[in-house]
Amino acid sequence: MSLDLPLIWSGVLALAVLLYVLLDGFDLGVGILFPFARSPADRDVMMSAIAPVWDGNETWLVLGGGGLFAAFPGAYAVLTPALYYPVMTMLLALVLRGVAFEFRLHGRKRGKAFWTAAFAGGSLVAALSQGLILGGFIQGVTVRDGAFAGGPFDWLSPYSLVAAAGLVAGYVLLGAGWLMIKSEDELHGDARTWARRAVIAVAAILALISLMTLRVHPQIAERWGFVAGDFHLPAFLRLVAIPILGAVGLGVVLLGLRRDSHHLPFAGAVMVFLSGYAGLAAAFFPFVVPYALTFRQAASADNALALVLGGLCVLLPAILGYTVLVYWLFRGKVRADAGNH
Amino acid sequence: MSALLLSRLQFGFTIAFHIIFPSFSIGLASYLAVLEGLWLATKRDVFLRLYMFWTKIFALAFGMGVVSGVVLSYQIGTNWSVFAAKTAPVLGPLLAFEVLAAFFLEASFLGVMLFGWKRVGRKLHFAATALVAFGTLTSAFWIISANSWMQHPVSFTRDESGRFIAVDWMQVIFSPTFPSRLGHMVLAAYLTTALAVGAASAFQLLRDRTQPESRVGLRMAIGMFALVAPLQLFVGDVAGKVAATYQPAKVAALEGLWDSGRQQPFHILAWPDRDLQGNRWEISVPKMGSWLLKGDVNADIQGLKAFPRADQPFSLLMFYAFRAMVGLGVLMILLGAWGVILWLTGGPERSRAYLWSAVVMGPMGFVAVVCGWIVAEVGRQPYVVYGVLRTADAVSPIRASQVSASLLGFLIVYATVFSVGALYILRLMAAGPAVADAPPSAEGHAPGSPLGLGVEHGGEGPP
Ligand code: HDD
Ligand code: HEM
Ligand code: HEM
Repeated sequence: MSLDLPLIWSGVLALAVLLYVLLDGFDLGVGILFPFARSPADRDVMMSAIAPVWDGNETWLVLGGGGLFAAFPGAYAVLTPALYYPVMTMLLALVLRGVAFEFRLHGRKRGKAFWTAAFAGGSLVAALSQGLILGGFIQGVTVRDGAFAGGPFDWLSPYSLVAAAGLVAGYVLLGAGWLMIKSEDELHGDARTWARRAVIAVAAILALISLMTLRVHPQIAERWGFVAGDFHLPAFLRLVAIPILGAVGLGVVLLGLRRDSHHLPFAGAVMVFLSGYAGLAAAFFPFVVPYALTFRQAASADNALALVLGGLCVLLPAILGYTVLVYWLFRGKVRADAGNH
Repeated sequence: MSALLLSRLQFGFTIAFHIIFPSFSIGLASYLAVLEGLWLATKRDVFLRLYMFWTKIFALAFGMGVVSGVVLSYQIGTNWSVFAAKTAPVLGPLLAFEVLAAFFLEASFLGVMLFGWKRVGRKLHFAATALVAFGTLTSAFWIISANSWMQHPVSFTRDESGRFIAVDWMQVIFSPTFPSRLGHMVLAAYLTTALAVGAASAFQLLRDRTQPESRVGLRMAIGMFALVAPLQLFVGDVAGKVAATYQPAKVAALEGLWDSGRQQPFHILAWPDRDLQGNRWEISVPKMGSWLLKGDVNADIQGLKAFPRADQPFSLLMFYAFRAMVGLGVLMILLGAWGVILWLTGGPERSRAYLWSAVVMGPMGFVAVVCGWIVAEVGRQPYVVYGVLRTADAVSPIRASQVSASLLGFLIVYATVFSVGALYILRLMAAGPAVADAPPSAEGHAPGSPLGLGVEHGGEGPP
């Protein structure tokens, strides 16, 4: 029996990126919301709500990059230089916001103010860069003989700007949802307000970006049933679950907000992300560099894929296990008085 | 400047920045595990207070290590995409294992270690510390394995598209230069940490000789110097002999040897000059070079001239980086020996000269580490995978303007982060463990609040 290693790996990598987006998404979102907090005490609570887990969350980004390098080097070697500026900007922003977790605790007056701003600004810029990366990725990059052959600003377009705005709104929604789970009193109320605003923005941008995506690649329109001015219902129906999931997710957020639920808004936000993610998969499978390289063309050698897959069978369950353990240990509300002693 | 040269500068700069922090966090994580273990075993508060104190510094260093590491894992693609595409079938699994086996472990249990006092029992907390320490060592294992294969690639073939394909994974992972280099790096991290711990303790003792935590800290550091520094000389010597076997050009460059032959001299100081294809001047011990590198004065050793000029690494930089590293290593041995003598004759804190020496030596581990990596990496040039893939052929199809912009960004951001981080660490060290915080003061926070902190996690004592 021989396993289809590249196929399995595309699943593994998709899972890693999805987990990254959901997990680091909420802590980047909390960072973006930082300037809107009423008081320094609220900010300390916001920080405390993510401090024990942010590093683990960001490790999924390392697995995304490292996994792409290990499993689909063809894609890694094309995408990273093609998206050079947004990738570098993201990294620099992540540096600033990452060290801010610790530096804020040690800064005196000016230092603390600076790292508070760095945390918020870094989170926002990282999220924007990731949105530009996403947009640039979806548009596709110029590939010749398996190597990147385009210019330094190819990723910049109205489309990628809208994608960046959308991702920021999505992260804010996740972040506000997370804060609703973790906070009480005034901050909880603020988080609810933020979530309400974010969900409207997400709905609007999601609708816009979906339409724009159909125009970016005729192939995508085709998969959704729009061929040369014609509409094929069966093709559309095969994929209809995806927009329905997104709509349900938005509904769950709104319902949760109305019912004063602490958990539903976050759960709804996750569903919206799942729907967007599934939309991407439906649009591009089997391509890892849209319409230029398939996952098979980009895959690493079989013996490399097999080796890591062997390790993964043991290590991934362990990682998921202790990740759950850590979240479970830090469950529950973060108290306001915890921030200042 | 070309995208190639700028990319080399950027990679060298960002990785030299990165390695400073792992060197500290690998050592500190193990040290913290030992401290917590000692506390659990002896119940002496000194160990707990030391633990609390060094945890704060660890958290700062670790954070800087993490963020600068993430930068590297993407830079392999952004700037070295040809390298990435060609070597991924061999190096990809090694780096993937580093993420899967090490990074997740460190990152997840770090949270428990820093914020978990109220949430887990003492035993589990200790387990978290130990797992973080284990994670840092696992990480060193895999990354040094990858780097060692680049230094001396073995057990591979090339496929039609020129990619490297592994033949025998055990040989790839345990390539010939790996054992000595892993040992050398881990010892380097332990020494670097011991020097920092020793310096911080000595600084406190200069103000107050009786400060109990610092007396313990200094003694632990002296023990490490005495044990690890001589061992490091030995392992470094082995690493040099291994390199002489597998990378003769590197060794010729770091010793400033140009002509091949027997009975090579050892140059104590010299000025290697590539244009001259010789040394401008040199102060040497005859025959000593052959003996040091091969253990035999009559051993034949290749000089740099045996290699085409384009294949010679940059000798001048390596020559002095190597001498700085070895010189510092010898000073560390002396510091250990002196410390032991003082310890046996009434206590190291009685000698202000010693305390000052320990303070001055505090940062020297970092200097030696960076020098060591300069020797190792510059010595591999002009190849990125020794003998088979040239650095010049490995670079991404990007423009010089792009790399200039990102390099400028790194210079600014890293300078800020480094100076502020160093300031905060030095401030903590200056304040010392005595004021760290009286450990278990649980009042003030609601029980079960994940963190009485937000402000000071170090302040969280065990319940
Ligand atoms: C000898 C050890 C060593 C060496 C040579 C390197 N690293 Fe490193 N790295 C570590 C030892 C380490 C470490 C001890 O595991 C970390 C964790 C925190 C720290 O300070 O260092 C680390 C963190 C760290 C992280 C963040 C992990 C996380 O999210 O928790 C990444 C992505 C990398 N490294 C990647 C690299 C790359 C791509 C390197 C070389 C090209 C590299 N490191 C050299
Ligand atoms: C942390 C320890 C390391 C340090 C301090 C270090 C240092 C350096 C330096 C100074 C250079 C520039 C050399 C030159 O251009 O003359 C370099 C290049 C490079 N190193 Fe390392 N290195 C380290 C570990 C690694 C590891 C573990 C890898 C890969 C797995 C690696 C891969 C590379 C690559 C791809 C280059 C680019 C080629 C080049 O610039 O010459 N290095 N490194
Ligand atoms: C005491 C005598 C020492 C000797 C003879 C020695 C020898 C060497 C040699 C030959 C190399 C190159 C290995 C290679 O590229 O294959 C090396 C690398 C290195 N050295 Fe040293 N060293 C000594 C002390 C130290 C000290 C005290 C430190 C740090 C505290 C240190 C840190 C390093 C590091 C980080 C590297 C690069 C990693 C590696 O290649 O293993 N060394 N050393």
